[in-house]
Amino acid sequence: MKCPAEMVVYMHEYLDEEISAEHEKELRAHLQNCEECQTHFHELKKTIALVQSTSHIQAPENFTANVMAKLPKEKRKVGVQRWFRHHPLLTAASLFLVLMMGSVVSSWDQDQQLSVSKQPNLVVQNDKVIVPEGEVVKGDVVVKNGDLEIQGKIEGNATVINGQQYMASAGKVTGEIEEVDAIFEWLWYHIKKAAKDAVNVFESGETDKEK
Amino acid sequence: METIVKKRIKQVLKGDQDAYAEVVEIYKDKVFQICYRMLGNRHEAEDIAQEAFLRAYVNIASFNIDLKFSTWLYRIATNLCIDRIRKKKPDYYLDAEVAGTDGLNMYSQIASDARLPEEDVESLELQETIQREISKLPEKYRSVIVLKYIEELSLNEISETLDLPLGTVKTRIHRGREALRNQLRYV
Repeated sequence: MKCPAEMVVYMHEYLDEEISAEHEKELRAHLQNCEECQTHFHELKKTIALVQSTSHIQAPENFTANVMAKLPKEKRKVGVQRWFRHHPLLTAASLFLVLMMGSVVSSWDQDQQLSVSKQPNLVVQNDKVIVPEGEVVKGDVVVKNGDLEIQGKIEGNATVINGQQYMASAGKVTGEIEEVDAIFEWLWYHIKKAAKDAVNVFESGETDKEK
Repeated sequence: METIVKKRIKQVLKGDQDAYAEVVEIYKDKVFQICYRMLGNRHEAEDIAQEAFLRAYVNIASFNIDLKFSTWLYRIATNLCIDRIRKKKPDYYLDAEVAGTDGLNMYSQIASDARLPEEDVESLELQETIQREISKLPEKYRSVIVLKYIEELSLNEISETLDLPLGTVKTRIHRGREALRNQLRYV
């Protein structure tokens, strides 16, 4: 018996789940009577089942890592941006430090000139600031880029930056004496000063209120 | 899933390479499977699957974000496989993996005194036979069969993936099925 050629087409339509009700009816009717087509249809379904049965395989280990390693290098900008996003606190801290360092170091570089706090009875000779014998200097004395020789008395702290201080036997300082030489000490001095100023602002604010 | 992928792709488009790792992680098995069934060799499959992800990354700007990413990715992978098949000379290496096996090479095909348990042999042989028959299909039938029965894509998705008219996809699937039936009917 010669089967109608469209039967195989109907089978495929069926397998694609696109068969119309009419064709399906025709196919079913034909399959009931035709052993040859039944076998054909059965073989097709078996083939599909076999192909689908091939065990699902997985990508090898480290596949993702290998792909990522092969990607072209991303723009540095993005990497930096991501780092900033992930470390906001560090970013803020380092930004602060950089700005701080910048300003302090530049001020260190710039003023190589002798400068002294303004007290009327300080005597300046070349690179040396002298507190004359018998004189009493009120308030803190700061000498930058020069030496300080104390023959008299300072009522307050004495600070010498980038220089040395000489104390005569009769000299006297009521407060602390400090010498700042290296840049790190200079930095430290700045930080301490900033902190002290801040405290002073608060304290003076309070005393103002008391008044 | 597709929304996560889209989100990651937007990050990749902004230049964030790390976001791509997640995309690879999601699709690696699927892409590897396509390549393996198309090529029938694990080493080559890994090679081409990696290449596919690499191409997708490099060309990510040309991906239309409104479309399905998987379709686009599978298209890259199948095209690379077809290129590889066309270039490939029929060659055999003793240490190359046997199609359809997991980690077996040609050395294992040389008769050995030790016998494997009967069942294992049968199951391995069957898997091997199926893969071998898939590999024997002309590549135009092979790609549609792999996408249809291994990746379980719909006919429309296959048509999009391969950029072929739906009618052509159907014809190729029908012919592919018939060719496979001829080979596998007596299994």
